[in-house]
Amino acid sequence: MAEVNLILVGVNHKTTPVEIREKLAFTKGKIEESVDRLFNFPDIIEHTILSTCNRVEIYARANCQDSAIKAIKQFICDFHEVSPVELEDHFYSYRNEEAVEHLFRVSSSLDSMILGEAQILGQVKDAYSLAKDLRSTGLVLNQLFEKAFSIAKKVREETGIAERSVSISSAAVELAQKIFDDLENRTVMLVGTGEMAELAAKHLISYGVKTVYVTSRTYDRAANLARTLNGSALDFEAFKNELHRADIVITSTSASNFIIKKEMVEKAIHERKNKPIFFIDIAVPRDIEPDINDLENIYLYDIDDLHVVVSANMKEREKEADNAMNLISQEVTKFNNWVGTLDAVPTIVEIRKKAENIRMQEIEKTLKKISYLSEDDKKLLHQMSSSIVSKILHKPTIKLKQKTQSEDGHVYLKAIRHLFHLDD
Amino acid sequence: MANITFNSTLIIYLIAALGYTLYLVYRTPLVKSISFFSLELGLLSHTVAICLRSMETGHGPYTTGFEITSFFAWVIVIIFFITEWKYKIKDLGAFIIPVVFLIFLYSAFQSREYSLIDESSTMFWLTMHRTLSIIGYAAFAIGFGAAVMYLIQENQVKNKKLGVMYFRMPSLEVLDNLNYKVIAIGFPLFTIGFMTGSIWNVKTDESLFSWDVLRTWPLIVVWLIYCGIFFGRLLVGWRGKKAAQGAILGFITIIVSYFFHVV
Repeated sequence: MAEVNLILVGVNHKTTPVEIREKLAFTKGKIEESVDRLFNFPDIIEHTILSTCNRVEIYARANCQDSAIKAIKQFICDFHEVSPVELEDHFYSYRNEEAVEHLFRVSSSLDSMILGEAQILGQVKDAYSLAKDLRSTGLVLNQLFEKAFSIAKKVREETGIAERSVSISSAAVELAQKIFDDLENRTVMLVGTGEMAELAAKHLISYGVKTVYVTSRTYDRAANLARTLNGSALDFEAFKNELHRADIVITSTSASNFIIKKEMVEKAIHERKNKPIFFIDIAVPRDIEPDINDLENIYLYDIDDLHVVVSANMKEREKEADNAMNLISQEVTKFNNWVGTLDAVPTIVEIRKKAENIRMQEIEKTLKKISYLSEDDKKLLHQMSSSIVSKILHKPTIKLKQKTQSEDGHVYLKAIRHLFHLDD
Repeated sequence: MANITFNSTLIIYLIAALGYTLYLVYRTPLVKSISFFSLELGLLSHTVAICLRSMETGHGPYTTGFEITSFFAWVIVIIFFITEWKYKIKDLGAFIIPVVFLIFLYSAFQSREYSLIDESSTMFWLTMHRTLSIIGYAAFAIGFGAAVMYLIQENQVKNKKLGVMYFRMPSLEVLDNLNYKVIAIGFPLFTIGFMTGSIWNVKTDESLFSWDVLRTWPLIVVWLIYCGIFFGRLLVGWRGKKAAQGAILGFITIIVSYFFHVV
């Protein structure tokens, strides 16, 4: 392998509006169709297509970067029947370390619309496993993607990139978990049938909340939502007496006054023997008297509080992204070093240099002893020794070049360097 | 030999205490392993030290002030490991191990003279009194750590200031439960310890009313506090912040009562 040329061509949510991105998407079938077409370009040795709703990227190893980048751009335009002029400003392309770093950032969710979201890693894994099934990847891309997955895992574990919730309903779930720990078998009560409240309730249910009560001024609405959430509807006048049953109360009515007052909550908490209640007031104007937060074992968050939590969390994720970038830079360097070991040429040059040095030393030693030789004889001796060295090294050189193309190429290189003492 | 082992234990506990506290801020696997392994090593050398001394003195580690405080620290570490294993609360150590270190440091400054072996028939009651009370106190020490964590976490959730600790600390429910459980275990032990102490007192002085007021009253206060927390929760539902404040007050009272009762 003369040189490892990695390239990446793509568009993403930052460079390209959705109207164009959707035209460029590769479904599974389209990717299958693309494999041979991409291999028709003689410069492309390995490739993987990553297509999600936020990005379309083609990673490849090529003989010549310039022509491969051009070929891939051309291919994308032709395949999706889009004019190259329309796309030219949207495409980005990266080479070698930059391409490696980009994939590491993408799989670690640093390039995502919502920093740290978990979906992208699964999508990259799917793209890679499809490419592997279609045999479009080889030694370098295999290693690149495997590395990208382990780095993504490391970033998730060692930085707080995915630690904090960045949506209102997930922040509410997180708070509930910090109050109650396990949400299994908890009871949630929805007062009002607002969309956000429904969303938050669904989120809570997905975390194991078992019992759902819904109440609304219009009973039918409550009954409808209760049916969707597999819960039961309560009469609006009656819910105040049932408040003590709820661990989590979400309000979203359009009432202009507070409908949950301090006395009601005091009564409920007493009936519950001080077991905590978490109130989430999504309504504007608010439904719950803010003073209830002063009561012991009562926690109240309104929509603004939740917004503050979410934006603070977002900022934290951004800070964590810097830590993640440090990790990634280290790994890019490591990957580059690995790529370096694939290159047979420097090793061959070193072996030849070493052999040449030995030959010269031995020739000089010999010539000192037989000083009576003529210049022509000396020349002959030189020629003979050179040809011995060349002939001995010829076959191993050819074999080494071939072997470094294979999966275990770096093992051969390592062995050769060891046997010839090249790293001493 | 026992002395050398005690002294090295002190240094190892210091490393563990610093490690666990540091782990609150620097969450790296290295800090975590250093604190965990140094605490394990500390417990091991502490155990060896206690065994060596018991072999020299010929009785268990609960006769002199030095022995009692060192044994107290030892039991806290054991209960801490059990709690860690069961609840996996990462930061509990930061609130317990420094306390262990301070108690052990205090013991290190006490006289290491041996006391005579008392072969009298009342020895059984005294041993029961001291061992059970110390185990009870150690459980209360864990409750103290959980209660401090509860108050920190509660303050964050209540005041909507969700700092780093909010994400790292466990839920209020877990901390409140732990506080309750250790008190539910510690309180009966302490009560039996208290009763066996009284029996010992009666047997030696042959009178129930000859108690040394200054020595006995602090223990009664401690008992009343934990009795209040325990039954307050069962009967009236005192939980959360109240229970946590109670556990902290109770533990501080234990430390104060020590100076009246043992010293």
